[in-house]
Amino acid sequence: MSVLLRVTDVRKYFPIREGLFFRKEVGRVHAVDGVSLEVRAGETLGIVGESGCGKSTLARCITGLYPVTSGSIEFDGAPLGAKGFRRDVQMIFQDPYGSLNPRRRIGSIIADPLVIHRIGTKTERRRRVQELMELVGLNPEHYNRFPAEFSGGQRQRIGIARALALRPRLVVCDEPVSALDVSIQAQVINLLKDLQAELGLTYVFIAHDLSVVRYVSDRVAVMYLGRIVEIAPGEDLYKVPKHPYTNALLSAASVADPDLSARRERIILTGDVPSPISPPAGCRFHTRCPKAMPRCVAEDPRLTPEGEHQAACHFPVQPGEHLGAETPQIQQESTEPTVGRTESGVDDEPDRRGD
Amino acid sequence: MTRFLLRRILFGVLVLWLVATTVFLLFFAGPADSVARRLAGPRAPIEVINQIKDTLGLNRPLWEQYVSFLGNLLHGDLGISFISQTPVTTLIVQSLPGTLWLVAGSAVLWMTAGITGGVISATRPRGLRDRVTTVLVLAGISVPTFILGMLMIYLALSVFPWFGLGPGPYISPLVDFRGFLQVMIMPWVCLAVVQAAVYVRLTRGSMLDTLGEDYIRTARAKGAPEHRIIYRHGLRAALTPVITQFGVDIGTLLGGVVVTESVFGLQGLGQLMIRSVRDGDLPVIIGAAILAAAFIVIANILVDVAYSFLDPRVRLA
Amino acid sequence: MSLTDAATEAEHVPEQVAVVQGKGPWQLAWERLTRDRAAMVSLGVIAVIVLLAVLAPVFAAVTGHDPQEQFPSIGLSPQGLPIGPGSGFWLGADSLGRDLFVRLLYGARISLLVGLLSTLLATVFGVVVGMFAGFYGGWVDGVLARVLDVVLSFPYLLVAIVLVAALGAGVPLMIFVIAFFSFAAMARVVRGQTIAYREREFIEAARSLGAGKVRTMFVDVLPNLIAPVTVLATLLIPTSIVFEATLSFLGLGVDPRTPSWGAILADSIDFFRVSPGLLIFPAAMLLLTTLAFNLLGDGIRDALDPRSDRLHTRK
Repeated sequence: MSVLLRVTDVRKYFPIREGLFFRKEVGRVHAVDGVSLEVRAGETLGIVGESGCGKSTLARCITGLYPVTSGSIEFDGAPLGAKGFRRDVQMIFQDPYGSLNPRRRIGSIIADPLVIHRIGTKTERRRRVQELMELVGLNPEHYNRFPAEFSGGQRQRIGIARALALRPRLVVCDEPVSALDVSIQAQVINLLKDLQAELGLTYVFIAHDLSVVRYVSDRVAVMYLGRIVEIAPGEDLYKVPKHPYTNALLSAASVADPDLSARRERIILTGDVPSPISPPAGCRFHTRCPKAMPRCVAEDPRLTPEGEHQAACHFPVQPGEHLGAETPQIQQESTEPTVGRTESGVDDEPDRRGD
Repeated sequence: MTRFLLRRILFGVLVLWLVATTVFLLFFAGPADSVARRLAGPRAPIEVINQIKDTLGLNRPLWEQYVSFLGNLLHGDLGISFISQTPVTTLIVQSLPGTLWLVAGSAVLWMTAGITGGVISATRPRGLRDRVTTVLVLAGISVPTFILGMLMIYLALSVFPWFGLGPGPYISPLVDFRGFLQVMIMPWVCLAVVQAAVYVRLTRGSMLDTLGEDYIRTARAKGAPEHRIIYRHGLRAALTPVITQFGVDIGTLLGGVVVTESVFGLQGLGQLMIRSVRDGDLPVIIGAAILAAAFIVIANILVDVAYSFLDPRVRLA
Repeated sequence: MSLTDAATEAEHVPEQVAVVQGKGPWQLAWERLTRDRAAMVSLGVIAVIVLLAVLAPVFAAVTGHDPQEQFPSIGLSPQGLPIGPGSGFWLGADSLGRDLFVRLLYGARISLLVGLLSTLLATVFGVVVGMFAGFYGGWVDGVLARVLDVVLSFPYLLVAIVLVAALGAGVPLMIFVIAFFSFAAMARVVRGQTIAYREREFIEAARSLGAGKVRTMFVDVLPNLIAPVTVLATLLIPTSIVFEATLSFLGLGVDPRTPSWGAILADSIDFFRVSPGLLIFPAAMLLLTTLAFNLLGDGIRDALDPRSDRLHTRK
């Protein structure tokens, strides 16, 4: 498969300014800090991570909403922002209430991309909008209604119709279902899958819900503090996670998969995610990692370059290994507690596996 | 703190300088003839025009006039009135007591009424007392000051003449205390009604905000009596914005309570200003305007300083 | 529940209706406004006052009393005092024997002219400046916000007095002065609202579609500003009318001979003990007008309130 999107060592820092007139920079939020990845035509790349890990920022860099601080993003071999880019790359937003202008009729909202790119006459645009509405499962006669008259799921369909109006090749979905009820989530996700098959779309699918990502993605990347810590084909990642952070994420998630949860022990990460203003040296995860060694503080692990399954860890987790069984090897400089662990069956927190 | 104060004062001086410059340009920019004509009025003979040009030095280049204008200002020399031929500073000093007494007396009334009304309103929002207060506030805010004053004069003269109240020039309380009261009571009430309406709203809103805070809930939860909650915990915190507003208002009003003074014929700074505008008495207008600006700037600085004492959350950087 | 199970459940889609024409937020707001009795009465009062102002020359012709014409023989009593209301002078005469009623109607023209025109000017400039400043941000916005704060912290009456003293009284100057202060209030509100909307996702969505900044401002931001701007504008009108009346009362507004409510009231000051109508009628006109605009403004605010929006939206 050919590579449609290539992200190379992208960094996005947000300056923190103080003062009224001179606005001097007092610090930077390292939202995305050296991310490289490829998205192949026709596939769905899932990106997961806790809130604040930089996945939404990455999405906005890919769609050109944020200029990158450094690094490069190439779409179809051409640098970001080249002609046609705005038409080929579209975005679906998280909040179906916030992403539609409440004062405009949905017909005009869906027609927006056509109007902005001066496509078609008024009647042609109207017909196209109605086609799109039908495509995403909306009643085309509701053309003249306002967003407030639709439910959350329907609104997300409106957002999808708008994103598809220009027949894009890549659609970046930024947590498209996390604001919806579970039953509605399934419909919207299935709609996205159907549309992908029908229109040959490529997705970058961002979510914090591991089960949703697993369902839609061909490959999954895990982000932590602005970095990708592991990237692998979906099944590999879920079956044999290599990075301790991925292990912890999976153990905390409520995946409806009996063979996964059966062998799972809960790994409870203690402490908070370090501030992205001054991320820890070495491996970003060493302050919370149950396997942290002196080398993790000294040396920044890189994504292992070979193979489909890559993890940025000096000491990848082996299948069957019990994480956190041993005490941390090094004393942390910080006072943060490092890790806590509970064996299956003696959980002191309510067990959520049966969800 | 010192640094903050210094910065604040510098900003105040900057504002005052801008005000002075604007006023200067408004009055003196343009050809000497038209400036003199504007001052003297359309029917003044050419000799008067020339005389004005000479006495004011209007034939000098503008920057020269500006420098001497600023220089005089720094020395506290505001010039001499065209009309009464007395120094402007003397006129201002003569008018100051009227305004001072008016603002001081009225402030006592409106603060008492405003805070009381606001607290009563806020203790039972949407209750009967709250609604009555709201209607009164709406009336106080929508009635123009001069109409309120005229209605009061009408009532005092035609309906209740035996009170002996009436409009008139300021009388010093040291000379004739009874006369002082007879002249001042109506302006006090008139200004206080208009101001109190604003303060009821402010106190009510601020009280409601405060009473919704967590620490008030904590006080309730630990069983503190309601009146103690309202007065000890609620009101104290709620008064901060009220006092801020009070400081700003005092500064503004000291510059001249134009409408109230005019309606009641009380000779204060505001009345002095209006009269000078009608008479085209330029030096007095400029002097009074800059004085008013100074009052406002000073009051704002004092408010900022007071604020840092009142609200422990604000720390001055 | 697994995803595939849930997917089989159909999402509730409203059944098809013959003509599906959604009621827009404006339509809903208008419907709510028409149910607000105080607002509707106010609207009626405003309509009557506007009508009277427009028809002022007609009334002057019917009564035969030009607003400036003095009738010392029939308008004043033998002692030289103004006469009260009667068949000749419907609301009585003023101290110079002029027809108070006709003068009040002409005064309404001045009040409405100043009130509406200054508000219109302030709204247009306030919206444009506030929106650009809020949307673009940066140092221009910082300076503007600071300037607006300073402008709004100065007592406008004093500024007006200085300006009148320097430039001479007149209707255009008055409109300009009032518009300037209303502009500051409007620009501040619009700027704040724009900043709030700038970070919303639908603005981001517009950017991701490739919309330009100006288009985004006018197509996506502006429609959301209409509600607060309408409310503020409605409330600025009575403020402007009172300001005009106050300036005219102080003798700093329109030419003292021009009939204006404030000037009529100032004239009455020595005579209202003899003829209370000289005080009561113009005061009542002024109060009625400002009250009507204020109540209408409140009504519009309630009708546009987004919180009541939800109650009325059909599911």
